[in-house]
Amino acid sequence: MTDTRVAARTGTAPRIGESARRPDGAPKTSGSFAFSSDLWHDRMLWGGTLRSPHPSARIRSIQIGAAVAVTGVHAVLLHDDVPGQKEFGLEHRDQPVLAGDIVRYEGEPVAIVAADHPEAVRMALEAIVVDYEVLAPAVDPMTVEEVEPIHPDGNLIRRIHLRHGDQDVVGDVQVEGTYEVAMQDQAFLGPESGMAVPADDGSIDLYVATQWLHSDRDQVADCLGLEPGSVRLTLAGVGGAFGAREDLSLHVHLCMLAQHTDRPVKMVYSREESFHGHVHRHPAQMWYRHHATSDGTLVRVEARLVLDGGAYASSSSAVIANATCFAAGPYRVPSADIDGAVVRTNNPPCGAMRGFGAVQTCYAHEAQMDKLAEALGMNPIELRLHNALEPGDELLTGQTITGTAPVAEVIRSCAEHPSAAAIALDPMELPGGAGRTAGPEDVVRGEAFALGFKNLLFSEGFDDSSEAACRLEGGVATITSACAEVGQGFVTVAQQITREVLGVEEVVMAPATTATVGSAGSTSASRQTWMSGGAVKEACEKVRVQLLERVAAQQGADVSDLVLVDGRIVSLAGGLDIDLAEATAEPVEADVVFRHAQTWPLDDDGQGNAHVSFAFSAHRAIVDVDTGLGLVKVVELTTSQDVGRILNPMQVVGQLEGGAAQGVGLAVMEEVLVVDGRIRNASFTDYLVPTALDMPPVEIAALIEQAEPGAPFGAKGIGEPPSISSTAAVAAAIRVATGLDLPRVPVRPTDIVFPEGEA
Amino acid sequence: MEVSVTVNGEVRTADVEPRTLLVHFLRDDLGLTGTNIGCDTSSCGACTVLVDGRSAKSCTMLAVQADGADVTTIEGLAGEDGLHPMQEAFHECHALQCGYCTPGMVMAAVSLVDEYSDMDADGVREGLEGNLCRCTGYQNIVKAVLAASE
Repeated sequence: MTDTRVAARTGTAPRIGESARRPDGAPKTSGSFAFSSDLWHDRMLWGGTLRSPHPSARIRSIQIGAAVAVTGVHAVLLHDDVPGQKEFGLEHRDQPVLAGDIVRYEGEPVAIVAADHPEAVRMALEAIVVDYEVLAPAVDPMTVEEVEPIHPDGNLIRRIHLRHGDQDVVGDVQVEGTYEVAMQDQAFLGPESGMAVPADDGSIDLYVATQWLHSDRDQVADCLGLEPGSVRLTLAGVGGAFGAREDLSLHVHLCMLAQHTDRPVKMVYSREESFHGHVHRHPAQMWYRHHATSDGTLVRVEARLVLDGGAYASSSSAVIANATCFAAGPYRVPSADIDGAVVRTNNPPCGAMRGFGAVQTCYAHEAQMDKLAEALGMNPIELRLHNALEPGDELLTGQTITGTAPVAEVIRSCAEHPSAAAIALDPMELPGGAGRTAGPEDVVRGEAFALGFKNLLFSEGFDDSSEAACRLEGGVATITSACAEVGQGFVTVAQQITREVLGVEEVVMAPATTATVGSAGSTSASRQTWMSGGAVKEACEKVRVQLLERVAAQQGADVSDLVLVDGRIVSLAGGLDIDLAEATAEPVEADVVFRHAQTWPLDDDGQGNAHVSFAFSAHRAIVDVDTGLGLVKVVELTTSQDVGRILNPMQVVGQLEGGAAQGVGLAVMEEVLVVDGRIRNASFTDYLVPTALDMPPVEIAALIEQAEPGAPFGAKGIGEPPSISSTAAVAAAIRVATGLDLPRVPVRPTDIVFPEGEA
Repeated sequence: MEVSVTVNGEVRTADVEPRTLLVHFLRDDLGLTGTNIGCDTSSCGACTVLVDGRSAKSCTMLAVQADGADVTTIEGLAGEDGLHPMQEAFHECHALQCGYCTPGMVMAAVSLVDEYSDMDADGVREGLEGNLCRCTGYQNIVKAVLAASE
């Protein structure tokens, strides 16, 4: 017998566990990668959107005559021109493609225009006359349930009143607090853009940057009054997503204009329009009361959560489910009463953003844990360790954790990691940098810790699947999946998985399109490595089995004696050694639909086995604060995360660093300022995102590897946790530095200089 | 107005509206779409190119201001032998995810390294402050620039 099974690899292309480089890295660094904004067609027209200047108004009339008369204009379309269903929506079809007789948020699309030049589009949009009867907007999420419904579906989008355990429990020690999270923008760098190309048979091709091709396709088809197969949606290059591309934006508009003019139509949002054109992270107002025994054992958590969903539902139902289910954090809590509501207002619509729902409550429950530690006179790390969830524990939903939950390991490794943060000597390193006024003696330092968790994949009984196909021909594997690569690196991991299973070197990723393969589901909820990675793995395994069976039959060999190693098929008994390219001159193909373990809906008390799996993370933040000007410098950020198994170390670390940056942003600078329903800072001049100077290096204390049952190779999704506990840790560190309560993020300079009651 | 700009070593002449921004001239008139537009307010740096060897946000300049200048875009950075060391370093260090900021970031980094030798991580961060990246948290970008400057 030969030692083929353990023969050294001859191939060089990286497999599972190695830091493979991105296959799109060369085109993305050389400028040849085509983003959705780069699409071009010689016959194309440009599209544009007229948006409501009012957060709430009745439309009395719309005059388009002057717009149609603008030279170069080919179409001006309104609500009545929507050929099929007039509304779209991710979970509820409640959002008009174009406003009918009412507008419910500032920026709601009212009319669309196609013309042969962007200037003509602009002139036509200005020439449209809309007569609005302006109404008083309902903008306060705390009272909106009591006012006249602003939508036929009512002002309550979803309420979950979760009750768990004995409701009469009272702790020896109680701490209470109210907390607020402002509206955050995903701020992807590539604004919405795309192109629709009509076909002669009435079908249409849509090229667009998105997170979920088939959901888009289905909604677009319904709105166009077409069969889903008549809309072919192909992923165009995506300039970041982070949740903001899970809903439709310009999709139906492009298709309507293309159908109407019988010309390809391209549309690109400006940054300002982008702020109005996609959903944001839900602002949250939260009240909490924690109960513990005097030795620090949590016995009960009560909370009231109100999330502002804005004018339309988007993914609000899933967001409030996460906020409610994970409201108490990754701790053992035997008794809970969590009332979570997401309401409809005339504010900008809110929906998915990295860590949806869990980000908001993590900031609050971690502030509560620090408050509790103080009340108990206990070390905050010890308090967290004492209550940390373990496998076999029950969540607030009554669900038992059957998978991995290395919460204590995450806490310890992060808390014990040595800090390298030195006292700033270079004035440029002080808060404010070149613009500072404080000397080193006026700067205070704070250090704090936060822990967070969230579900992976979709929950509550959603029929979640991903399809993938593998074709092995001439020794080259081609993978077809509609998984949206948005930057996260699925294309890298899919190649690694394919090489691992099939022993091939060359793996081609076919374009992601609805035309060739079924749904891969959404690139959200940290689900694609698991779901589409799982589909790719199973498709490849199927190909391997089919190939070995075919070769066994051809060679009269025993299939159990054959193995596929490094581009060769060899028999363990010796005597057979066939080049894979030769063996696959005739292709071998397989197609699979991958599903995760079933979940169930929550019952009336918010109880049920609603989730598949969970991931945990911790951050420790060190900040310097200039209390005179209220400026904060995040000096160091250290993290540990529960990752299942690492498929690509470089990409895992990249996600942890990038996700933490978005968390830092929410902690100290990022806020969509909405006043009376109007966005006041729809630009990168006024909406601040962290620069290279704002972000400290992220120190990885530990990546805790415990293979997760049911996950391909045991790998958990890792994209969201970095954005969950980072905000809470930074805010807590500012609290420690200043001694202030800081019940709101982002922490603004005025919150530090003029804390409530002292302004 | 007629402008004549040397772009990636080639003289390009076009009749443009006086208000045409350099970035639109590059993208729409010359088809060089590697230079991206991210913000319209000169905040993000996705449109950074080299003008006479120094980095400039091409949305802050009119095409006519570049008349007679030597402009290098991301497409003109690679040489006969393949990617520029800065492009190679970005790829190698995983200094990009979605890649939208990458062309501008690479151009800004090339200019920075050209101007200041012997930079440390703090210097790179200061030098790239005008270029936003939403995916990476900047750490690998700093690594890549330091690697390429060696």
